[in-house]
Amino acid sequence: MDLTDSAVEAAFRAEVRAWLDTTLPPLSAPPAREDWEARRSFDTDWQKRLFDAGYAGIDWSTDYGGRGATPGEHLVFLEEMAAARAPNVGVNFVGLLHAGPTLIAEGTAEQKARYLPAILRGDEVWCQGFSEPSAGSDLASLRTRAVRDGDDYIVSGHKIWTSFAQVAERAELLVRTDPDASKHKGISWLVLDMDTPGIDVRPLKTVLGSSEFSELYLDEVRVPAANLVGPEHDGWRVAMVTFSFERGTSLVGEMLETRRRVEELRPAAQLAGYRREYGRIVAELDGVWALTRRAVSEAAEHGAPGPSASVGKLAYTEVVQRVGDLALKCLEGGSLSLDNTYVEERLRVLALTVAAGTSQIQRNIIGERILGLPR
Amino acid sequence: MRFVLNDDQVALRDGIRALCVGKFPMARVREGFDAAVWKELADAGVFSLPDLRFGLAEEAVVVEELGRALVPGPLVWGVLAHSADEVVTGASAGLVAHAKMADRLLGDPDDLAPVANPIDPLTPVHTTGAAAITDYQRPGAILTAAYMVGMAAACTDAAVAYAKEREQFDTPIGRFQSIKHLLADSFVRAELARAAVHAAAVDPTDRSASAAKILAGDAAVANAKTSFQVHGGMGFTWEVDVHLYLKRAWILDRQFGTTDEHADALSA
Repeated sequence: MDLTDSAVEAAFRAEVRAWLDTTLPPLSAPPAREDWEARRSFDTDWQKRLFDAGYAGIDWSTDYGGRGATPGEHLVFLEEMAAARAPNVGVNFVGLLHAGPTLIAEGTAEQKARYLPAILRGDEVWCQGFSEPSAGSDLASLRTRAVRDGDDYIVSGHKIWTSFAQVAERAELLVRTDPDASKHKGISWLVLDMDTPGIDVRPLKTVLGSSEFSELYLDEVRVPAANLVGPEHDGWRVAMVTFSFERGTSLVGEMLETRRRVEELRPAAQLAGYRREYGRIVAELDGVWALTRRAVSEAAEHGAPGPSASVGKLAYTEVVQRVGDLALKCLEGGSLSLDNTYVEERLRVLALTVAAGTSQIQRNIIGERILGLPR
Repeated sequence: MRFVLNDDQVALRDGIRALCVGKFPMARVREGFDAAVWKELADAGVFSLPDLRFGLAEEAVVVEELGRALVPGPLVWGVLAHSADEVVTGASAGLVAHAKMADRLLGDPDDLAPVANPIDPLTPVHTTGAAAITDYQRPGAILTAAYMVGMAAACTDAAVAYAKEREQFDTPIGRFQSIKHLLADSFVRAELARAAVHAAAVDPTDRSASAAKILAGDAAVANAKTSFQVHGGMGFTWEVDVHLYLKRAWILDRQFGTTDEHADALSA
């Protein structure tokens, strides 16, 4: 067991740090939360800078334009980005962390060539059309239909919790292609071009008053059959690939940000008399971070994350909500404003124990797939 | 960074686990600590790992396995003092465990007074006025945490095994989400604590030691309680082992700093 940087990791850390030192200062301030065109422009501009510097798709294979970095180098990169308070992945989240890795694992050569470079360069933004109003934790009960018509599927249905749909060119879409099969068997994974006729994007207002999520209404939308990723009717398995990436390293950047905020909270927690809860939170976040480093090291030896990704996801999302609770208790009454970053954070993290599989679904996964308890 | 057990560490873990399965079944553990326990562990090299150029990381791996088997005795003190030939123990938080069995009392604790009918039937304790030995505070916290990780994992394993076998309402109780989720949380606590203990063992600081002691202490106590709940009425019997884990966890929480003391330290 070794937690120190290897020589290669140390050199890479120095290189990234030097690049951030010169790249960050001239960067403009991030735009207002609800200015979606400006946010798209800011996030994709940042992605282009990463691409030009050779840091886009840092963990993707060089075969697909990535850097082919080891999981350890990937972690070094995320640590340095967080320490320098560089822009986060923003609207590129779905493309870089869901759709891209899924296409690498399951896409055809044509699909990889068509979509992956545009994700890496920040030319195209992706959104996710998985959940439906009546298919949340029971995602496999989804009802959006895709009926084959010549070289196309004709897709009709209703998706929800589609992040960044208002600025996306593509969507990863789960549809039912075989209504007669059992619910996990008749699903397919499609690429949807967001400028296709028949798509209505209706933003949802969240508890933050923000609108990063939308509903998608799909009315006889024509999707070329060539946009099928993985075998027809095998989309559930393909979606599980997507989820294992989502539950793997995609929380790392945010964990580092949380650790930084918790350090900022230290003086207030002492004054407010919440020392013991604060100390426990520090311990739990250190434990979560150790677990993350373990998962990264295991990924370096064994490849893609498996059910163990649920352990880190569950542990982190539960403790980060306690960070928010403690912060709210420490704040003075006059700070109880949606403009206060701690208040905003407390509300934002409410979503984390629901999104990407609720805490209860994670416990089912751990119980059944790790501990071997009966379903 | 390569934060997984290396080949030597895996071999040590597997070797000590096999030793415990072979020599320290629960029937023997329940007889309590004696000189033969120390001798057998000494012969296996448990107290002399530095002679093999091993350090705190390997000691933590070994001690976790002793905790998994709930092997009784002042074993952490023996590892700290590298004392293969003599049974040693010491004072922490005003308590000395196994004082009468020890050949040597580290730090010469005085005013020893036995606690009648001690809470853990396998751990006789004396109160003392002596202060803790500060040199051992940090590694002692880390190794005690390692022992408690082993206990926490053993509690998960026992409760999972019981939940697969015990049937109510015509089905194994482990099928019920109310039980499944208790067990998942139990597993997560032990995994989190093990990662923290290993991080502390390879990079021992006051902070990493406190985090390890807190998470392992919480995991050992909470997982024993979960195991009680899953075992139902049987868990309340002397015959079923669960109570031995909870009682030991309560004793070990007091050794090398309580969970609360370490939490206060982390907020300073």
